Amino acid sequence: MWGGLASFMNKKSGTFNTPRKESNNVTFQTCPDDYKHWKLSIDGNVARLAMKVNEKVTINSGYELKLNSYDLGVDIELYDATQRLRFEHPEVGCVIISSDYPNVFCAGANIKMLGISSHDHKVNFCKFTNETRNCIEDATNHSYQRYICAINGTAAGGGYELALATDYIMLLDDGSSTISLPELPLLAVLPGTGGLTRLVDKRKVRNDRADVFCTTVEGIRGKRAVEWNLVDEIIPRSKFDKTVFERAKTYADDSDRPRDVAGVKLQELIVFESDNQLNSQHISIKLDRQQNIAEFLITGPEVCSPPTVEDLENLGCDFWPLAIARELDNAIMHLRLNESNIGTWVFRSSGENSKVAAYDDLLYANQNNWLVREIILYLKRTLKRIDISSRSLLTLVEPGSCFSGTLLELVFLSDRSYMLHGMMEGENVPAPTIQLTNMNFGSYPMANGLSRITTRLLGEPEKVENAKKLINSELDAVEADNAGLVTFIPDDIDWDDEVRIAVEERAAFSPDGLSGMEANLRFAGPETIETKIFGRLSAWQNWIFQRPNAVGENGALKLYGTGQRSQFDKQRV
Amino acid sequence: MSIDLNARIPNNVDLADDRRLRRALESWQPSFLSWWKDLGPEGSIDYDVYLRTAISVEADGWANFDFVKMPEYRWGIFLAPPEEGRTIPFGEHKGERVWNEVPGEYRAPLRRLIVTQGDTEPASVEQQRLLGLTAPSMYDLRNLFQVNIEEGRHLWAMVYLLHAYFGRDGRDEAESMLERHSGDPDKPRILGAFNEETPDWLSYYMFTFFTDRDGKFQLSSLAESGFDPLARTCRFMLTEEGHHMFIGTTGIARVITRTCEVMKELKTEDPEKIRAAGAIDLATLQRYINFHFSVSLDLFGNELSTNAANYYTAGLKGRYEESKIDDDHQLNNDIYKVILFEDEKIKQSDQNALLAVNERLRDDYIADCQAGVDRWNKILKRNKTDYRFSLPHRGFNRSIGTFSDAKITTDGQVISGVDWSKRSRDWLPTREDREFVRSLMTKAVIEPGKFASWVAPPGRGINGQPLDFEYVRFH
Repeated sequence: MWGGLASFMNKKSGTFNTPRKESNNVTFQTCPDDYKHWKLSIDGNVARLAMKVNEKVTINSGYELKLNSYDLGVDIELYDATQRLRFEHPEVGCVIISSDYPNVFCAGANIKMLGISSHDHKVNFCKFTNETRNCIEDATNHSYQRYICAINGTAAGGGYELALATDYIMLLDDGSSTISLPELPLLAVLPGTGGLTRLVDKRKVRNDRADVFCTTVEGIRGKRAVEWNLVDEIIPRSKFDKTVFERAKTYADDSDRPRDVAGVKLQELIVFESDNQLNSQHISIKLDRQQNIAEFLITGPEVCSPPTVEDLENLGCDFWPLAIARELDNAIMHLRLNESNIGTWVFRSSGENSKVAAYDDLLYANQNNWLVREIILYLKRTLKRIDISSRSLLTLVEPGSCFSGTLLELVFLSDRSYMLHGMMEGENVPAPTIQLTNMNFGSYPMANGLSRITTRLLGEPEKVENAKKLINSELDAVEADNAGLVTFIPDDIDWDDEVRIAVEERAAFSPDGLSGMEANLRFAGPETIETKIFGRLSAWQNWIFQRPNAVGENGALKLYGTGQRSQFDKQRV
Repeated sequence: MSIDLNARIPNNVDLADDRRLRRALESWQPSFLSWWKDLGPEGSIDYDVYLRTAISVEADGWANFDFVKMPEYRWGIFLAPPEEGRTIPFGEHKGERVWNEVPGEYRAPLRRLIVTQGDTEPASVEQQRLLGLTAPSMYDLRNLFQVNIEEGRHLWAMVYLLHAYFGRDGRDEAESMLERHSGDPDKPRILGAFNEETPDWLSYYMFTFFTDRDGKFQLSSLAESGFDPLARTCRFMLTEEGHHMFIGTTGIARVITRTCEVMKELKTEDPEKIRAAGAIDLATLQRYINFHFSVSLDLFGNELSTNAANYYTAGLKGRYEESKIDDDHQLNNDIYKVILFEDEKIKQSDQNALLAVNERLRDDYIADCQAGVDRWNKILKRNKTDYRFSLPHRGFNRSIGTFSDAKITTDGQVISGVDWSKRSRDWLPTREDREFVRSLMTKAVIEPGKFASWVAPPGRGINGQPLDFEYVRFH
């Protein structure tokens, strides 16, 4: 399987990086030199991420990105920038998001693009942009790289939602710079990129004022914006740049990030894509287009013992946990956006439990090291990306697998897992085992704030305690079953049939019904801002996106920009 | 302390019986007066000025002349009389009865329209506040003050609408209009052109001809509004706006006349000799025309505008002389020819007429400007000069809309940025031009009947008064 890939490893990227000419696939890889819409500049320990959208460079045809409005392509660059700031710039303690156009901060998602996009593109677009905003909050809260926002002009809709994802919002006080969430009155949809939720849950804006704000097309500016806690500070033009930088500098100086290390360059990811394959160094994915399955095979670390923490910065992207995070992240984004018919993802792994566990031990022991912290956070975010992918998730624990610690999370995030009880007849490979590590108990919280094992065993908390005692033991199928860690443990006689039936049954159900069911079952436990955004806000938005009042012939999204007025069906549903 | 506002504010809006409105205006009026004292015409507070005051909307009521100290001017609130049974003339509500209250769903866009229009009124007073110090005659000084005072009244008219129909938000907006100031880096006026200073009297004449004419077209399209109080307010304002443009049209004509006289006296067309004689050469005038025409074109916004289309469909802002246009007044399937800059070329193409409402207004404006230029050219012809003025191409020197990315010559050739930087000084006023013009205007000519060297006297005085009438009494 890897032989085919080897010859590509030294070549500069496979077809994946230049897919637009050959397919309509969207690529997620970019770098600051290639940015079309953002400018990243660094001044000491302060970074500035300035939006200057090139209106002609769009991911699909049929619209122009006027007034710093964005499409998926713009957000892919933003995501890339947040990743590079974390890894390549340990010295940066504060990031200013601003705009390089005078009088315009950002007009939000491009309406024409939304109007002509298919439903699934809209949903994927919203999901990705939501994740990017969560990444920004994650950087502020956990990487000590604090994002602040300098609104130097109009910030409408998604523009203000971007600001809401930052930790401190400064608004130019020039009598005309306004913030607004005009989605409802203007477009008959919601500020669905976290806007409604962050307004009342994060900034704790009074809900009656939020109601006024979200129904006022022209938005709010100046003193009232501060009074209502929509922004943190208003600053006159003559002092704007200076004050913004001063704030940033103060926050940056507060950060615990090291200023004297070089950082880790995120080298271009080498991915080989063909019609039915997507292969990178540690992950190979086979697409079965008959059954609509993506079969993941994840390879564990090959070296016998992990490096020391001192070597990490030199190893950089080649450090196995970071490599896995990057490859998995890229694969998930690709499959979600470009392979929407592939409804079931099946995870397998190949390697040694002990080696994965050794890497986990290194991560766990050094979690206060800036780079280790970043890698753990990246794995956390990537696993969360899988959690909220609208795909059926299945993990197969077979002989030769290495579902240990970090990789065991795949077992926990799956809707179901199957572990072979015993060996396969006629094969020499020992029966599979799984292994818990310290990383399974809080290092990778889900959107609900709980570890996956706690979420799964919500009704049996004593089992979670029990599982902690099993850390670093190799558990066979019966032990794993007893501990509540796997769903089924068929033996080799039943294995093939059980797995086949599970997959075929899945393929027969309604994809919509499945997405809904899975999303409701996966997130037991408490609500958080994130679960509200993905559960409540996105669900309402996706319902509204289907309704004639938004997307019908006379719906607001369709008619926006024509000067004609939408005709609403006045029935409340 | 209560002020008898009804006596101080001539009006036809029943101010005496409207407690709510009276209370609102009482609190705004002191702010307005203090703004006028701070940013109104410099040094003019004690002057007695021969001003026209509107005291009613009847034919004889809007033009009462008397000497007034400007801070004591009776800024009135007048709406043109209501038209019996008026219906909304365009958009999807066409044919329905006009609104006498703000429709809830259009509250925000209507407020925006009124604020944007209202903001320009005090802005021009601020832009012109130093011009009195260099007035070319007492007649011109009086006209300047008349325009200033009427811009102040137009602000009142817009503030009245905000106070009367838009509740607390309206009052906040009215306050903000006194807080923003032309050219203030922290609180600038809303539209770019109103943050440029009016540095000299030639610029002032150009401003009243070109930029106030934009005001005329904006007011005309608002005068069609389905929101009747706005329509009626704008109709009354238009009578005064006409006078402002009269100052521009005749002012520039007087400059041209004077230049022709000098050319005849000296028997030369040499700009240097004309300048040496204290008049402004024709090429410099053309460069000023090029500048003011192009920046005023920007005020009409983008060629294709969703906002303008929404305003039209909603019945808030129509087209110029809507009722005289022969179509369905809804424009759902109509096309309009629009000149755009695409693929490095200037091209005319068919566009959705609804989205092109701005462009149509700009076209009407250009035609109106051309009529003025034609009048000036008649002066040249009468004086047997071969020179002719012309309007530059609509794409010349633009910062808003399709042409903002392009470099286009006055006659419509697309050129490179390098060529532009070499040649633009042939088309736009240079620093030397501006310095020369300013050098002619170092101090005010205030002796009744006397005029500065660079401008001819007008044909007649104000309200039938002689040219040497003492229009402004200093103390």
